[in-house]
Amino acid sequence: MEFITQPWPWYVGGPLIALILFLMFYFGKAFGVSTTLETFCSVAGAGKLSEYFKVDIQQNSWRFVFVLGILLGGLISSAFLMSSQGIDLHPDTVKELADLGFANAGGSYLPEEIFSMENLFSLKGFLILIGAGILIGFGSRYAGGCTSGHAISGLSNLQLPSLVAVIGFFIGGLVMIWFLFPFIFLSTK
Amino acid sequence: MKNIKFLFIGILFGIILSKTEVVSWYRIYEMFKFQSFHMYGIIGSAVAIGIVVMQLFKKGIIKDYLGNQITPKKKENGTTSTIVGGIIFGMGWALAGACPGPMFVLIGHGALAILIVLLGAILGTFIFGILHKKLPN
Repeated sequence: MEFITQPWPWYVGGPLIALILFLMFYFGKAFGVSTTLETFCSVAGAGKLSEYFKVDIQQNSWRFVFVLGILLGGLISSAFLMSSQGIDLHPDTVKELADLGFANAGGSYLPEEIFSMENLFSLKGFLILIGAGILIGFGSRYAGGCTSGHAISGLSNLQLPSLVAVIGFFIGGLVMIWFLFPFIFLSTK
Repeated sequence: MKNIKFLFIGILFGIILSKTEVVSWYRIYEMFKFQSFHMYGIIGSAVAIGIVVMQLFKKGIIKDYLGNQITPKKKENGTTSTIVGGIIFGMGWALAGACPGPMFVLIGHGALAILIVLLGAILGTFIFGILHKKLPN
């Protein structure tokens, strides 16, 4: 039981994610989550506005079942499988984040400074959350996939576009954290 | 009902992402700061094993559940779209500390603010769908 409630190391997690990749292909589906966002738009009637969203919803119905499962997996984990909610971070990371205005870094899965209800209902907090989402949705569709479709499936299938996309993910992430974080998080403090 | 298997695969995936802390904003931050090997180990080992799995599928040594050989779809994208889209995605990934899979996990954890990120992601997808013909490939 000890193993179940402790955080799992990378050498357990990586092979298990490869198992998910195997299961998806075994059951005849490509492993990718961001396409589901398109199907959401299709269901909401976006097909009336752009041909891009004219897809067979019935054929994509498994995607909803899959993401519902992911959500339930999160629910089950937080209810039964996690002994503590903290993240064991390197002291340098904690100190750096404190300098950026993040108190108690690693005290929970998500920083209060971004994800608290109080932040959600402030203009800046709301813009950060919705803005990050827009970047993720727009970027993943423009690039043709997200972490699961490009970094895991695409690289496993030795696809050159996926390598290009993953390099792009890294450039974007590095620019955001190394150059933009100080402007975003220190500017109004 | 034939989709029920994807519910169970999803549950397993959600548990893996939770237990490995991949869904934590802090794990994404430290990855981009090169302060921990954790995320590199996870993605690297998943891909290393994934390459073997995909080769076995492609060579027909393992077949799908119906006994058919699988030919994984090729990713067909323009270079500009892939790199620019990738950079935009990476910025959002670093800011939210979550990509699309973990978003659903975190909603399951009860993190309501993630609903706004998910809403934004759907909106971003919608904006792309409207503009895609005008964007360079």
